[in-house]
Amino acid sequence: MSEVLVLVDHVDGTPKKAALELLALAKTLGTPAAVVTGAGASKAVDTLKQYGADKVYVDESADHDDFLAGPKAALLAQLIGSASPVAVLVPATAEGKEVGARLAVKTGGGLLTDATGITGELVAEQPIFGGAVVVSSKVASGTPIIAVRANSTAPVEGAGAGTVESVAVQASETDKAARVTERVVEAKGGRPDLGEASIVVSGGRGVGSAENFSIIEALADSLGAAVGASRAATDAGWYPHQNQVGQTGRTVSPQLYIAAGISGAIQHRAGMQTSKTIVAINKDPEAPIFELADFGLVGDLNTVVPALTEEITKRKG
Amino acid sequence: MNIVVLVKQVPDTWAERKLKDSDKTLDRASVDVVMNEIDEYAVEEALRIKEAQGGEVTILTMGPDRATETIRKALSMGADKAVHLVDDALAGSDAVQTSAALAKAIEGLEYDLVIVGSEATDSRMAVMGALLAERLGKPQLTGARKLTVENGTATIERLTDNGYAVVTASTPAIVSVVEKINEPRYPSFKGIMAAKSKPLETKSLADLGLEAGAVGLASAPTQVVEFSTKPPRQAGQVVKDEGDGGAKVAEFLASQKFV
Ligand SMILES: Cc1cc2nc3c(=O)[nH]c(=O)nc-3n(C[C@H](O)[C@H](O)[C@H](O)COP(=O)(O)OP(=O)(O)OC[C@H]3O[C@@H](n4cnc5c(N)ncnc54)[C@H](O)[C@@H]3O)c2cc1C
Ligand SMILES: Nc1ncnc2c1ncn2[C@@H]1O[C@H](COP(=O)(O)O)[C@@H](O)[C@H]1O
Repeated sequence: MSEVLVLVDHVDGTPKKAALELLALAKTLGTPAAVVTGAGASKAVDTLKQYGADKVYVDESADHDDFLAGPKAALLAQLIGSASPVAVLVPATAEGKEVGARLAVKTGGGLLTDATGITGELVAEQPIFGGAVVVSSKVASGTPIIAVRANSTAPVEGAGAGTVESVAVQASETDKAARVTERVVEAKGGRPDLGEASIVVSGGRGVGSAENFSIIEALADSLGAAVGASRAATDAGWYPHQNQVGQTGRTVSPQLYIAAGISGAIQHRAGMQTSKTIVAINKDPEAPIFELADFGLVGDLNTVVPALTEEITKRKG
Repeated sequence: MNIVVLVKQVPDTWAERKLKDSDKTLDRASVDVVMNEIDEYAVEEALRIKEAQGGEVTILTMGPDRATETIRKALSMGADKAVHLVDDALAGSDAVQTSAALAKAIEGLEYDLVIVGSEATDSRMAVMGALLAERLGKPQLTGARKLTVENGTATIERLTDNGYAVVTASTPAIVSVVEKINEPRYPSFKGIMAAKSKPLETKSLADLGLEAGAVGLASAPTQVVEFSTKPPRQAGQVVKDEGDGGAKVAEFLASQKFV
């Protein structure tokens, strides 16, 4: 069976959950071959093998961390040349999609983004217009390049052969034209990543202050959830920009999304409306967020959210 | 500093958007259209740089005839001139094909920067900046919440999942912006009047020297096989807090097995 290349997103050698989901998906399409790049790449091998990678291409070249998108695309193009994979799967993150885009131009392959599923015939399912329409698309020329959203499938344990092959990117000057000179961590650690959490609790202008976000965080912690925020809350400086959910923030699709003190503007909806279950807490019964909530509570979040946290903690015992 | 800003005309996101049954492409004719919101920020950023450093701002759009409305809006904000890429053979092009046509058009212009929006509300692909950088062989400075340009070097703050990265490159460069970057101005009455007489050049595929077979639906590298429309999300139960709001939400969560 032919290889399916999976571009692995990792933090210092710990693969993101979404990367393991991609391996599970790759297994349904061919032979899963992980491609892991940058500092710490070789530390990821064991986990990738444990989650089904039959092959692991490792390239620890600093180019992958020092330059945006170009080197990763160049490496994948090299591997398309040498391994003739049936498809390349990348995460549907900002960078994953950019790598996919550059790869599409380099190789003449078609690019599909934001897939939530792929059939054996390499037909990708994509929700569009905020989930109102679901399209099935395929790539008609070149090697299909498909960017897959987190939470589209579950990681599956089951050891693959895990054969390691060291590779080295030959990136051109244009691949290395935009240099990353500094990386600054602003987000608060210790909670699940917003993009792949199965539960997200978000707060908006109704939270009222940075300090008061502690009640949103407490609710999130009681559920093991990630914390999100509306633009009104990030612009006010109450919560980091990286936690913004919406059209110009992160797009999330968790099992459960709880919106507290968020009105439900179209730009916010764009980032959360494909969530499986939506719960809204808002004091205004006319708030548009209630139009898409499976369960809505009209009330003051200052009393409802702490009470909810307490009730959940009690039930969880 | 000469800057090319790419603006796209998109269906109003509040409107119901549909695919056509005939060719499974976006029905652009029957909906209200607007300038892609984030592109206003791209125009604003270009105008601010021009106001500080001089030069010209050129608007570039690929889209049907009525996309001139969007071009006029960008001109009324203060851009100097515009190029409108319009040709029936372009209809149904996917993102990768669109980037080929836009790159050809950009090559015909003088520029130090190309600024695009981070994402169009219709496609939501967020790839045009990267596609153009690859095609033009120029640096990719994408996802900028801050941009500075001086002495032939452009530097951005790019939002990442857990913070931001500082990314730098020499100009000419391709920049994409997010909405944190500025607050776009409204066109003034004077601006609206002035826009009517600003140069707007229309270009066809032949003008660009592109073959019809390179773009358009029939030769698109990606194809929609089928689509289905989902019933709109139904509003669920909405209850009022009577002092037991927390317990009520917890009960719902328990009924859905979240706790
Ligand atoms: C180009 C562009 C991009 C954008 N991108 C995004 C994006 O990515 N994400 C995003 O979120 N927005 C985005 N926006 C902004 C968006 O249009 C809205 O302005 C924003 O989402 C509003 O945030 P909010 O719901 O928190 O605030 P508001 O709309 O002010 O709503 C606050 C809500 O809190 C409720 N409330 C107040 N006090 C309480 C209380 N004590 N208890 C319970 N409820 C209470 C109110 O009833 C109200 O419904 C974008 C806008 C533009 C122009
Ligand atoms: N047809 C088009 N004409 C002009 N600009 C475009 C076009 N399509 C995309 N763009 C630009 O590319 C950005 C990102 O679009 P996308 O990659 O489709 O999400 C937009 O905000 C525009 O600035």
